[in-house]
Amino acid sequence: MVLIKMTGITKDYRMGEAVVHALRGIDLEVEGGEFLAIVGPSGSGKSTLMNLIGCLDRPTSGEYYLDGRKVSDLSDDELARIRNKSIGFVFQTFNLLPRTNCLHNVELPLLYANIGRKERERKALEILQEVGLGDRIHHNPNELSGGERQRVAIARALVNDPSIVLADEPTGNLDSKTGSEIMSIFSELNREGKTIVLVTHERYIADYAKRIIFLKDGKIVSEDAGILR
Amino acid sequence: MDAIEGVRVALDAIRAHKMRSFLTMLGIIVGVAAVIAMLALGEGARRQVEQSIKSLGTNLLYVRPGSVRRGAVRLGAGTVRNLTLEDAEAIRAECPSVADLAPYIGAGAQVKYGNRNWSTYIVGATPEYEAVNSLRIEMGSFFDLTAVRTKARIAVIGKTVVENLFGDEDPVGRIIRINRVAFTVVGVVAERGGTHWFDPDDMVIIPISTAMFRLFGRDRLSGINVKVWSEDRMKQAMVEVEDVLRRRHRLDESKENDFTIRSQMDIMSVYGETARTMTFLLAGIAGVSLIVGGIGIMNIMLVSVAERTREIGTRIAVGARRIDILSQFVVESVVIGLAGGVIGVAVGIVGAQLLNSLAGWNTAVSAQGIALAFGFAAGVGTFFGIYPARKASRLDPISALGYE
Repeated sequence: MVLIKMTGITKDYRMGEAVVHALRGIDLEVEGGEFLAIVGPSGSGKSTLMNLIGCLDRPTSGEYYLDGRKVSDLSDDELARIRNKSIGFVFQTFNLLPRTNCLHNVELPLLYANIGRKERERKALEILQEVGLGDRIHHNPNELSGGERQRVAIARALVNDPSIVLADEPTGNLDSKTGSEIMSIFSELNREGKTIVLVTHERYIADYAKRIIFLKDGKIVSEDAGILR
Repeated sequence: MDAIEGVRVALDAIRAHKMRSFLTMLGIIVGVAAVIAMLALGEGARRQVEQSIKSLGTNLLYVRPGSVRRGAVRLGAGTVRNLTLEDAEAIRAECPSVADLAPYIGAGAQVKYGNRNWSTYIVGATPEYEAVNSLRIEMGSFFDLTAVRTKARIAVIGKTVVENLFGDEDPVGRIIRINRVAFTVVGVVAERGGTHWFDPDDMVIIPISTAMFRLFGRDRLSGINVKVWSEDRMKQAMVEVEDVLRRRHRLDESKENDFTIRSQMDIMSVYGETARTMTFLLAGIAGVSLIVGGIGIMNIMLVSVAERTREIGTRIAVGARRIDILSQFVVESVVIGLAGGVIGVAVGIVGAQLLNSLAGWNTAVSAQGIALAFGFAAGVGTFFGIYPARKASRLDPISALGYE
């Protein structure tokens, strides 16, 4: 089953007078259950592509179907709903709410899905236990290590049971040992059937994926199978 | 996200920044407290005026001679008649709604006792003056008809005059001089309580005949106080008195009254109007501080939005709609406004009490005053919260997340 289908996607940014062509015609298909890595040097357009896949932005031209639904021309509120229901984000900088404990951080997507308080707590607790933080639920992010914070962020990405988990340099702020712990969580999730799209500029992180696409100057230049798995 | 969750999120944010939230509220607290205290001060003054006017007697009409018109309608000097004792007798005889009346003649004069002197108001009156004006005699007695007939040089004095001329001495039986004429004090009127504008205790009452022929040398009245049988006959009495006076003054239909009749209600509403104007002025000035407090809220909310850009981006990424972000920040500023309002109401009530007990000013906190100030605080919180909230809701999620 095709989960992501992009055809002829371009994205231009206006920088004063000049126009920056961030993406110059992307054709991409991702099957359900894939583990895809998007690799490229900075400025290659991989973050822009990530934002488009994550419905944070709309393409300048081209069509994007997510789960069979055309999302390239939806309204802001409809995109918000899709981000809420179908996409889980994991960021390089974790992006947890400060002064808010783990449980409430993980509950956040459920809050915007209008799920009742009891049900929110139950789900958040369940996911936090799965990522091994069952005993840390009342800690604030500043009381946790980097690896623990990223695991909270992964729990938050998973709590709405999304079709895709989007991870943008998830190990960028972690040491290599913690980084590989986080990457094995992604591998494990993929083994359980989650579709994962990873953006990185480091080849050894990309190698956790089953399929790697290389981006350069806004175009896909080559495709490769991961070597580690 | 429903309303309860919205309030909870707002409360969490306010709790997370306790000091900052309190300082923001302080503007609203001061504003609301000032509005409430000022309104209480005005209301207290109004009630005091009302009470002291009532203390002058109930069901009273005040008949005063009119001034000579020098406008378009020219009346010959001889055709305008001031009020006379005969007018007063005619009203007594011909107006069925009138229970009693007291004609009087008054003027300012210097009163001396020993080496002290005091400038006060001299009232020449008949014995009815005591009952009509509901005077209570504290010491001695009021004069009777014999005193009027014999033009006796006796006086009944008010409390303010006692204080200024006699101090702690007993005034009854003492000799005072009014414009060099000696009078024996026979009574003291009990205190009626004045206001800042008008002191009914600052007067000396003497027989009307003595005033006319020994002191002022004129026989035109300064006015007639008319007591009506009951409150519901006030309008009727006004018409009756007007008819009698117009007939006696030979005023045909084309001519205006050369006298005025006012009821206590009229006077009260004049003073009430003055007090209201003062109240609104004071409350208006206090209201300005509420606006300033609102600008404080806006200022802090703008800082808060800038500081929490990444949080806003994160919320958008996990599915918050623009309206969710907008309402989150509006609710936050409304909660600050309301909380400031509640504390401000409490501080205002305490402040009004303190003004009462420490400064001795009359204050009366009214429910409307509280509602007005509180409603204004909530309104200010909403109004000044909207702009920062809109700014937050329009953030571009990608730049808010800190990309590129």
